[in-house]
Amino acid sequence: MAESLGTYAYFLGCITPNRYPGIEAATKKIFKEFGIETKEMVGASCCPAPGVFGSFDLHTWLPVAARNLAIAEEMELEIYTTCNGCYGSLQEADHLMKKHPSVKEKVNKVLAKFGREYKGTTKVNHSIVILHDVIGLDRIKEKIKKPMDDVNVAVHYGCHFLKPSEVRGHGSSETPYILEDLVRATGAKEVDYKDKLMCCGAGGGNRTADSVQSLEWMRQKLVNAIMAGCDCMVHPCAFCHLQLDRGQAEMNKAFGTNFNFPILFATQFIGLAMGMSQEELGLDAQTTTMPEKLLK
Amino acid sequence: MGTLYEDLVDYGGEVFGKEHIETLKECVQCGKCTGGCPSGRNTALRTRKLMQMALLDMREEIFNAPELWYCTTCFTCYERCPKGVKTTDIIRTIRNLAAKEGHMSVPHRMIGVYVLKTGHAVPIGPDQMKLREKVGLDSQPPTTQKYPEYLKEVQEIFRTTGYDAMIDFDWETMNLRGMAKGGKK
Repeated sequence: MAESLGTYAYFLGCITPNRYPGIEAATKKIFKEFGIETKEMVGASCCPAPGVFGSFDLHTWLPVAARNLAIAEEMELEIYTTCNGCYGSLQEADHLMKKHPSVKEKVNKVLAKFGREYKGTTKVNHSIVILHDVIGLDRIKEKIKKPMDDVNVAVHYGCHFLKPSEVRGHGSSETPYILEDLVRATGAKEVDYKDKLMCCGAGGGNRTADSVQSLEWMRQKLVNAIMAGCDCMVHPCAFCHLQLDRGQAEMNKAFGTNFNFPILFATQFIGLAMGMSQEELGLDAQTTTMPEKLLK
Repeated sequence: MGTLYEDLVDYGGEVFGKEHIETLKECVQCGKCTGGCPSGRNTALRTRKLMQMALLDMREEIFNAPELWYCTTCFTCYERCPKGVKTTDIIRTIRNLAAKEGHMSVPHRMIGVYVLKTGHAVPIGPDQMKLREKVGLDSQPPTTQKYPEYLKEVQEIFRTTGYDAMIDFDWETMNLRGMAKGGKK
């Protein structure tokens, strides 16, 4: 039994539980292995998507996010997420209500209609920060059973994990290090590629506004990673996963291409290196397929 | 209704703080936002132009520009602006005002329908429930889509803020008005 490293409320959001449950299973399994206990947030909803609902009505986005925060506060736990959208939305809402008491007061008038209150007593974490800062690279290295020695990895951050950096607090958004450290801890090589920090193209309602244009944007990113000799892409965002994985099937159909570039959420990649099977991690049930090199 | 700038400061200010949106006045049209914009490589989105249009009170032109919706809110311009203009949040606020005046596509409004029906922008279906079981999880997560009493709380928020009316949501059919049978509006 691993030493206890704390208990967290897992904010699931939409894409993780409803499209890529492998991400949820991988994260829960790994966290349990390292002594992080996960509690479910009963009654939680969509975060709601910051670029989407933030674009249509900020005054609706904020109370929905505050309601989710209030659920974690009632549990007296900090939150972790497996999607940059959820992380971005909840952390930004928390930040704005802490910064502006009048905003908090207005939101609480809405929540009071069904007996909830946002107090500002939880903290919103991203699962990769728990991995990096709470579990730590040394503990991760100890659990690696199948080192990814000959694997070249393209790291993709997505946007709302790093930006706006004044709110996120992970240092400069131009020189990130957390995912790189995690990838290297498995023995893999993190390979730089053109436009590494570029968006996946899906956010802000863009995928819904114009899917072909959004897919072309992603295609450019994948080509850059492939040209740099990468074997797969590792990222921290369920919404990026939807675009990068399922989007490859849509892109192949739209452009007549034949892409099959493996996409893995960070905990799925680490899970493989810890000796878990692709079936346990849900990697056999997605659009892109895993090469032997990652499964050996 | 004031100028577009005044309306942006009022509406966005209530969430971000007025001084956040007032940074728009600092724009010197240097173009660093447009230069680093990943969308602008592929689309007609020119962030510098949007900032100038907002300052010049070109309300109708900006609300009717399709490229207003091609920003993914990646925050690259926001990070890099040498004058500290809060570009992405200004764009989101411009979109809020556009949506309030009816400039909102049917697919965008449908995202609101999914949340009003399930509490999720991307709801679960039978195939995904099987996928969950396959990786050892409960067939449904314990969220609003499983518990109607919790979904009601989210619906209450939408009613209170008027989001349901903004997208022309019909509570009888639980769909956009005139789209009950899946027809196009």
